[in-house]
Amino acid sequence: MKMINIKIDNIDVTVPEGTTILEAAKKVNVNIPHLCYHPDQAIKANCRICVVDVAGSKKLTPSCSSYVFEGMEVQTNTKKVRDMQKGILELILANHDQDCLKCLRNGNCELQSLCQRFNISKTNLEDTVDALPLDNTNPSLVRDSAKCIKCNRCVEACQKGQEVYALTHSHRSVHYNITPAYEAPLEQTFCVFCGQCSAVCPVGAIVEKDDTAKVWDAIHDPKKHVVVQVAPAVRVALGDVFNLPKGSIVTGKMVSALRRLGFDKIFDTNFTADLTILEEGNELIKRVTQGGTLPMITSCSPGWINFVEGRYDHLLDHLSTCKSPQQMFGALSKSYYSDITGIDPADIYTVSIMPCTAKKFEAQRPEMKTNGVQEVDVVLTTRELGRMIQSAGIDFIDLEEGQFDNPFGIGTGAGAIFGATGGVMEAALRTAYEVITGKALPDLNFTEVRGLEGIKESTIDIDGLELKVAVAHGLGNAKKLLKQIEKGESPYAFIEVMACPGGCIGGGGQPIKSTMDVKAQRIDAIYQIDENLPLRKSHTNPEVIELYEKFLGEPLGHKSHELLHTHYKSRGMKYNFKELME
Amino acid sequence: MNSTETKGFGILTKDLATKIDTIINYYQSDSTKLVGILLDIQDVIPKQYIPREVASYVSERMNIPLSKIYDVISFYAALSDVPRADYVIQLCDSVVCKVTGNTDLRDAISSILGINEGEATADGKYWLEYTPCFGACDVSPAIRINGKVHGYLTSKDSVKAVLDQYQ
Amino acid sequence: MSKTVSFITENFGKYDPNSIDSYLSIGGFTAVKNALAMSSKEIIEIATKSAVKGRGGAAYDTGRKWSQAASVPGDNKVVICNADEGEPCTFKDRNIIEKDPFRLLEGMIIAGYTVGAQNGYIYLREEYRHLRSLLRNAIQQTMDKGYLGDNIMDSGFSFHIHLYSGAGAYVCGEGSTLIESIEGKSGRPRIKPPFIKEAGLFLLPTLVNNVETLAIAAAVLQNGVDDYIKYGTPDSPGTKIISLAGNVNKPGAYEIPFGLTLREIIYDIGGGIPDGHKLLLFQLGGASGKIGSANILDTPYTYQGLAKEGLVVGSGGVLVVDDRTRVIDFVKSIQDFFIHESCGKCTPCREGNRQIAKIIDRFVEGNQKPDDLHTAERFANIMQNCSFCGLGETAQSAFLTAIKHFPEEFGIQQEVAK
Repeated sequence: MKMINIKIDNIDVTVPEGTTILEAAKKVNVNIPHLCYHPDQAIKANCRICVVDVAGSKKLTPSCSSYVFEGMEVQTNTKKVRDMQKGILELILANHDQDCLKCLRNGNCELQSLCQRFNISKTNLEDTVDALPLDNTNPSLVRDSAKCIKCNRCVEACQKGQEVYALTHSHRSVHYNITPAYEAPLEQTFCVFCGQCSAVCPVGAIVEKDDTAKVWDAIHDPKKHVVVQVAPAVRVALGDVFNLPKGSIVTGKMVSALRRLGFDKIFDTNFTADLTILEEGNELIKRVTQGGTLPMITSCSPGWINFVEGRYDHLLDHLSTCKSPQQMFGALSKSYYSDITGIDPADIYTVSIMPCTAKKFEAQRPEMKTNGVQEVDVVLTTRELGRMIQSAGIDFIDLEEGQFDNPFGIGTGAGAIFGATGGVMEAALRTAYEVITGKALPDLNFTEVRGLEGIKESTIDIDGLELKVAVAHGLGNAKKLLKQIEKGESPYAFIEVMACPGGCIGGGGQPIKSTMDVKAQRIDAIYQIDENLPLRKSHTNPEVIELYEKFLGEPLGHKSHELLHTHYKSRGMKYNFKELME
Repeated sequence: MNSTETKGFGILTKDLATKIDTIINYYQSDSTKLVGILLDIQDVIPKQYIPREVASYVSERMNIPLSKIYDVISFYAALSDVPRADYVIQLCDSVVCKVTGNTDLRDAISSILGINEGEATADGKYWLEYTPCFGACDVSPAIRINGKVHGYLTSKDSVKAVLDQYQ
Repeated sequence: MSKTVSFITENFGKYDPNSIDSYLSIGGFTAVKNALAMSSKEIIEIATKSAVKGRGGAAYDTGRKWSQAASVPGDNKVVICNADEGEPCTFKDRNIIEKDPFRLLEGMIIAGYTVGAQNGYIYLREEYRHLRSLLRNAIQQTMDKGYLGDNIMDSGFSFHIHLYSGAGAYVCGEGSTLIESIEGKSGRPRIKPPFIKEAGLFLLPTLVNNVETLAIAAAVLQNGVDDYIKYGTPDSPGTKIISLAGNVNKPGAYEIPFGLTLREIIYDIGGGIPDGHKLLLFQLGGASGKIGSANILDTPYTYQGLAKEGLVVGSGGVLVVDDRTRVIDFVKSIQDFFIHESCGKCTPCREGNRQIAKIIDRFVEGNQKPDDLHTAERFANIMQNCSFCGLGETAQSAFLTAIKHFPEEFGIQQEVAK
C-alpha cells in the first residue's frame, strides 16, 4: 500500500493513500468536527462543518471528502477555520428547534456536543425553524423535521443500506427537506419501521416512539401483573447506555434493574427463541419432506416481514408461519402463564424489551391477539429501557447479578445467538440435524453462517440430505435473495433474514452510535454467551420440553397453530394499479 | 374529464394511464430519461401537475422508488406536485425583467385575472407563478404561457392582447 | 462603423436551421471534414492556439480541457453539450441553437472525435423547450446524411447525439449536477473526486462544454484558427458573444471582439440607456457575477482587463441597470434568485442564503440592525469558502461587490464618520 506523508497542524503523519483528512487527523488525536459523516456510510459532505485549511487552496476544504496527497499541509484550528466552522454551526442551529431539554436525544446529541465544544452562546442570526408537520402516527417512529439538520444520514440508511426508499431528500433551497414522497406519514409508505434511520440520526429528528410512560403507568397500577421479556440482543448493548465497554454482557445487571423498576416477573425471550426453533425447525422438515414452498424464510424480524408484505407480497408463502419469539412469548403470557398463575389474561400486562422499533409495530398488529387480548402490550427499545433505568436513579454499573424468573427463564445458547445475523440459522441447524438424524452433532459451531458478510451461504449434510441455506442481514442483501426466488433460481431450502445490518444486535432500537465496529463486538459477546451456556441446543431446553408436555403437545400441533403461528397478508399500500395495467 | 375515472386513483383514469404508458414506452422506460418523461406526463395531465397517484403509477411502471420520483418532481421548477391550471403563466422574476418593469407587468396580470402569484383563477383556467430567467432578456419584460414566450409587455394593453390568445 | 463582428455568428440568418441541405449549401460540415482529416493531437493544438476559454462561465482553457479528456484512458467516453444556459441575462446559447444548430452539432462531433468519445448528450434547459424539435430534427438530418452515427464519412469514427431536457434548475448548469439530471435524478452536485473527466455521466469519462465553446470549435476548424485569433487583443484573442440586456436601448446577443470597452458595449452597441436615465451599475456574467459602477466604464472587455477591476467575463451576460433601481433592490433581486435556485444540499448555501436574505430584506425596508452588515458579510464569506459547489460560492458576489462600490447604500460612510 502506498503511504502518504502529510502535516496536520504541523504534526507529521503518514497514512495510506486513499485516507481522508478527517481520518488522518484522528491518527494525530485531532477530532475534526463533523455531522453528516458516519463511519458506516458513504461520504456526503453536506454539512460542511468539517472544513479545514489546506495550504495552497483558496477555499476551505471539507475534510470528510478530501483525500490526502503527498506533502499536504492541513490546519484544523486556525482562526479562519474555527470562525467558519462555528458559523456553519450557527447556521444549522438557527433552523433547529432548540427544545433540547425536552428532547429524547438530550445529552446524546451530536449537535449539542458541538455547541458545547464551540461554546455557542450568542449569535446574530434569527432563528427560523421551517418545519413540516410532526409525523407521529405510526407505532414505531417519530419524525420531527423541526430538528432535522438535513445531514442525510437517515436517507443513506433507508436507501442504500436497506433499499427501502421510504425517505428521500426533496425540494430545494430553503424548502429542502427529508421526507417520504408527498410528505406522506411513514405508515403510508413502504417504510418497514426498522428504525435504522433513528439509529444514525445525529440529533432528535427521528426517534423511537417513547412508550416508557405507559410502562410506568402499568407498573404503578396495582391491578396489573406486569411481566417483561428481554430479547437476546439487548443484554450485549444495554451497557453502552451506561458507558460500559462496547459488547459488555450485562444480563444479570439488566435483570436486577428490571426487578428494581418494579416488574413482577422478568422473563427471557431466549426461551421463546428456543421455542421458535422447535416450531420453525419442524416446519422446515415438513416443507422439505412433504413438498412445501421452498426456500422457507425466517419470520422473526418484523422489519423483514413488513418488507415482504409491502413490496414482495407475491412471495409471502415463503415465510415461515411462526410468529416471532416476541409474539410467541406474548401469546404464552396471555394463555399458558395465565393458566398456571390463575391471573386473568386481561390483568397481565406484557412488556417487551427489544433492540427493535419494528417490534412496536408488530405488537400492535390486530391479529396478534390471544384470549381476546393483545399479546404484547408495550414494546420498549433498548434505548427506552436505558432511559427508564436512568430515570429511576438506578446505579446500573454496580448492580448485583439477577436471575430470570420461571417458567420462561431458561434460554439455551441457540436462543442466545438469535441476536446476531446467522444465529437463527445456526440454532435451527443444531436442532434440525439432531431431530432428523437422532444423532448428536459432532460440532455445534456453524461458523460459515456467522459474521458480517452481507450474504452467507452454507451446505449442510444431514445424513445424506443436502440442505443448502443462506443468511442475509440488511434488507438490501435480503432483496438479492428475493430476486433469485422471483426468477426461480434460488438454490436454497432455508434462508434466514434479519432486517437490520448485523442482525438484532444492530437493531434500530439499540443505543445510539451502534457502528459496525460496535456491532462486531456485540456479535462476539453473543457467541461468548452461547459458548458459556451449559445448554446450546433449543430442543434440550428443559422449560421448552416441559411446555410441550404440559401445554402445547407437539410442535406444529393444534395449540401451537393457534398460539404460535400466524399468516401474512399484503400490506395493501395505497394504490394497486393491477386493473389499470391490464 | 371523461367518465371512466377509476375509483380510488384520483385523476388517474384508464385513459390517462394509457397515455402515460405511451410516453414511458416512447422513452423505452429508460430511467435516465425520467426528467423528460415526467415533463411529458405533466403535459397530458389537466392542470399541469403530477399528483401522488400518477407518480406512484410511474414508480410501478418504471420500477423506480416513489421517493426518488418525488425528489425529482419537487426539485425541478418546471414540475409541480400541486394542481395549477389550463394555462400556466410564468412571470420572469429575474433581475433583468425586474429592472425593465416586471412589477408593472405583474400588476397588470393580477388586475386582469384577479390572481396573485401561486394562485389559479376560479375557473381553473389561469395560474400565475414567478419563474427565474428563461433567457428572453432581449424582449424583457416577458412571460411564458404554457412554455411560449411573450415579450415587450410594457403596457396593460399588450398584456391583455397576449392573455386574449389563451381562452 | 459597427463594433460587432461575425465569426461564431457568421451563419446566423444565412441558412434555414430546419434544413441540413440549406446548411450544406453554405459550406456546412466542412469543419467536421477538416477535423476528421486531422489527428486528435492536431485538433488539440488548434484549440490551444485559439486560446478559447470555456464560455459557460468557468473560463477553463478549452485546449487544456480537451487534452486532459483525450488522455483519460477509456474506450467509452462522453461529450456533454451544456445548453442549460441559466445565468440571468444570458441568452447567447439560445441564439446559437436557434440560428445555427448544425454548427453546434459539428462542434460536438469534433469534440467527440478529439477526445475519443462515442456518445454526445445535449442537455437543453426546459426554458428552451421550443428548441427541442429544432435540435431533434437537426440531429436526425445529420444522422441521415452520415455526419453522425456509425463510421462517420468512412473515417472509422462513430458518434451519436442524444437530446435530454432539463426541468428548470439553474444549479444544473454545474457539470456534476447536470450529469445527475441526465441520469434521471434531482440536480444536486456530486462529490469530487471522482472528477467528471474520469467518471462523469454513467461513471464514464466525460467532457462537458458549453454551446458557444463548441460552436467556436466548429467555426475555427472551418475557417482556420488564424482567422479567429486575428480578432481581440494579444491577451484575450478572438471573439465573444455577449448577452446585453436590462436598461439599454438595444438589448440582444452580440458577437464582439475582445477588447472593446464596457462603454463601447453599453453605449455604442447597446445604444445607451433609455429615456435619459443614468447608469447605476452593471453586472457581468449573470447573477453569480460581480458588479461594477460608472467609474470603470473604460475597462476593456478582456479576461485580464476585467480581472483588474475584480470582474469576470463569466457567461458573457452584460446587465445594465439605471438609476430607476435602488442598489439594495437590485441586490435583493439577485438574492431572491439564489434563494430559489440553491439546491439545498449543503448548509452554507441553504442556510446562508436564508439568513442573508432576511438581512437584505431589512435593508430594503430600511430597518436593518446595527450588526446586520457585519453578519451578512461574515456569512457571505462562509458561503464563498465552504459551499459544496459554485452556486453557493458565487451567490454573494453581487452583494459583496455592491457593498464595495456603494458603501453609502449600506450605511458604511456614517459608521466611518462616527
